[in-house]
Amino acid sequence: MTRRLLLGLALLIAAGSASADWAINMPQGVSEMSLQTYRLHMQVFWWCVAIGIVVFAVMIYTMVKHRRSRGHQAAQFHHNTKLEVVWTAIPVLILLIMAVPAAETLVELEYNQNPDLTVVVTGYQWRWHYDYPDHDISFFSSLDARSNQARRKRSGIDPYQVENYLLEVDNPLVVPRGAKVRVLITSKDVIHAWWVPALAIKKDAIPGFMNAVWFRAEESGTYRGQCAELCGMDHAYMPVVVEVVEPEAFAAWVEAQRGGEAAQAASDQAAAATRIAARHDIAGD
Amino acid sequence: MTTAVADAHLAHDAEHHGPPAGWRRWVFSTNHKDIGTMYLVFSLLMFMIGGALALAIRAELFSPGLQFVEPHFFNQLTTMHALIMIFGAVMPAMVGLANWMIPLQIGAPDMALPRMNNLSFWILPFAFTLLLSTFFMDGGAAAGGWTMYPPLALQAGDSFPFTIFSIHLMGMSSIMGAINVIVTILNMRAPDMTLLKMPMFVWGWLITAYLLLAVMPVLAGAVTMLLTDQFFGTSFFLAAGGGDPVMYQHIFWFFGHPEVYIMILPAFGIVSEVIPTFARKPLFGHESMVYAMSCIAFLSFVVWAHHMFTVGMPLTGQLFFMFATMLIAVPTGVKVFNWTATMWRGSMTFETPMLFAIAFLFLFTIGGFSGLMVAIVPADIQYHDSYFVVAHFHYVLVPGSVFAIFAAVYYWLPKWTGTMYNEKLGKLHFWLSTIFVNILFFPMHFLGLAGMPRRIPDYSTQFADFNAVATIGAIGFGLSQLIFIWVVIQAIRGKGERASAKVWDNPKGLEWTVPSPAPHHTFETPPKVSTEVAFQ
Repeated sequence: MTRRLLLGLALLIAAGSASADWAINMPQGVSEMSLQTYRLHMQVFWWCVAIGIVVFAVMIYTMVKHRRSRGHQAAQFHHNTKLEVVWTAIPVLILLIMAVPAAETLVELEYNQNPDLTVVVTGYQWRWHYDYPDHDISFFSSLDARSNQARRKRSGIDPYQVENYLLEVDNPLVVPRGAKVRVLITSKDVIHAWWVPALAIKKDAIPGFMNAVWFRAEESGTYRGQCAELCGMDHAYMPVVVEVVEPEAFAAWVEAQRGGEAAQAASDQAAAATRIAARHDIAGD
Repeated sequence: MTTAVADAHLAHDAEHHGPPAGWRRWVFSTNHKDIGTMYLVFSLLMFMIGGALALAIRAELFSPGLQFVEPHFFNQLTTMHALIMIFGAVMPAMVGLANWMIPLQIGAPDMALPRMNNLSFWILPFAFTLLLSTFFMDGGAAAGGWTMYPPLALQAGDSFPFTIFSIHLMGMSSIMGAINVIVTILNMRAPDMTLLKMPMFVWGWLITAYLLLAVMPVLAGAVTMLLTDQFFGTSFFLAAGGGDPVMYQHIFWFFGHPEVYIMILPAFGIVSEVIPTFARKPLFGHESMVYAMSCIAFLSFVVWAHHMFTVGMPLTGQLFFMFATMLIAVPTGVKVFNWTATMWRGSMTFETPMLFAIAFLFLFTIGGFSGLMVAIVPADIQYHDSYFVVAHFHYVLVPGSVFAIFAAVYYWLPKWTGTMYNEKLGKLHFWLSTIFVNILFFPMHFLGLAGMPRRIPDYSTQFADFNAVATIGAIGFGLSQLIFIWVVIQAIRGKGERASAKVWDNPKGLEWTVPSPAPHHTFETPPKVSTEVAFQ
């Protein structure tokens, strides 16, 4: 026990002095809900620490004091109704104290009405598809090429040399800062889960279901997460990247996408036409 | 009751003069002690196989990048590790202990249904040969996680029906084991042993057996529906055919959550036996322990959806399952407090079984704390399917159930073999296991909180350090278990001091009234439950 504590302590010290590599706690995140989630987590954690200190202290005390090697004679009591009532009632009270804010936060989390922006996230094996129904924008978001090379067995690429190894995509989800974004989540094949720790969002993407969550990012920046539900071979290789930008930058991005989309659609059509022509050639032979 | 005793008696007339020699003794055995031994040896073997898979997982996760296995094989490793450890190691170990100890503790000559007992054991080697053979099939073993969520579970190779069938076999074995335990306990107790006078291990198992009976058929139903979805054109869980993939999760966890308690309630029983012996004091709150276990068993049926807080349930559903789950902390707390009160003002010594029981007390409590944390829905949205959850359930299963099994083996091994195990090596096994199990699992809390999902073969470099630490812990923990095997083998070979009938310093319970090693047949006439051995 002591050794475990010492190890934990050593790790904590290491964590304090070293980089984020030794991160030991949940991020506070960048939305009101993620901060509330973090506070709930810490509140329950400190309750556990407090209860743990009391209970473990009693256990350690009795192990030190009431041992035969110190000549301690065994008492023979085997119940005490008053004590048992007390240690049933106190946990109930503590649980009530925990349950109230948890329930309040949960109610707030579930209120996804009146969004400023809606995006539809669709899970595929093994990439995400993002759709902005209000803006006619949609695109796939896959693991970026560099990570995708490095992740192969015997790729010869050191993961430490790849920036944001396994947490980078080609096309991130872009959302405006300060807007209430509603995310509708579904899947086209197996169950996935869309997880962004900094936004305290994790929701399963289930074929045949449309789940809804919401967030309001208060700080611009790039926030990274991963698929959290085992979805097959490349489950580890479908990261989620959300870029929170200033509202003006978002408007500009939407414009650029539309222009880009039109061009893309034109070239897609041309490519399809070539393919069809090619197939006709083969059939002709 | 008398008739039941007499019947079991007749069934054994043929082998009254000791066991038959050679392989017949084991293959045809209807003796609860031999069957118990077979269960325990089998579970040790499975513990080693499941542990080897775990070491392969940890080796791959030692550093970022793929070094040893391909992602698809990694998923097979995690899936099979879980199935083997749950159904092959922990559950059969508990059944083995039940076989050995329940008749000895209630003063019965054998289990009530000895032939069924033989069948329920001998199904297992076939079930697990089948399960392990799937590794060599086209497409490899099951790789969709031990929870087998559709539609992913249906994307399997040739192994799929074999995996399902092996789960059916395990289920049959468990159900027969459970029936045997219930019938034995309810019908074959010594005349003066009322239910509340029963030892706590027997109580833990009685409740466990009812849980098994209630939920194993549910699992069988769930996996059968998977089978028909795959091969017979049904759409129970396929959205495209009007089915519901989430319904599978509800059905699975209606089995899965009681399953968790199936693995821990016998452990509670074991710890409640060991601590009083080495504290030289009666168990504190014998009756409240029984009520607490019953309470936990009841609650286990109404908390299943706390495994599904991210699937998108109605708010009221989430609130209900959060509150119900938090309630479990109350009876669990009562148990921990009772064990502490049992030690309080005792006259404690710290032989290996007691050390494991105390480690259980501390580390299971830590698992309980993280269990309370994952009950809080908004926070669980962050914890869910991350390494935090991996840390949580390994804390309750390894230093929880597995340490309790170690405690039980060290506690009763002298009774089984007649030889005292090597105390020095036992203590070494304890210290190494306890240190390494924490190095192995504690950093996983940090990994999960920092955002590492579970069931991934490769990870971003920010998770590298704690993963390396965990792998070092895993290697240490794995190697420490070789000491355990050596200690057990030496005791079986009779290398060590002869054990007396009581073995320990005045332990309570009928098992200590028979000689060590326990003769092939015991309690052919029901014993008298004297105040000396009674628990109340």
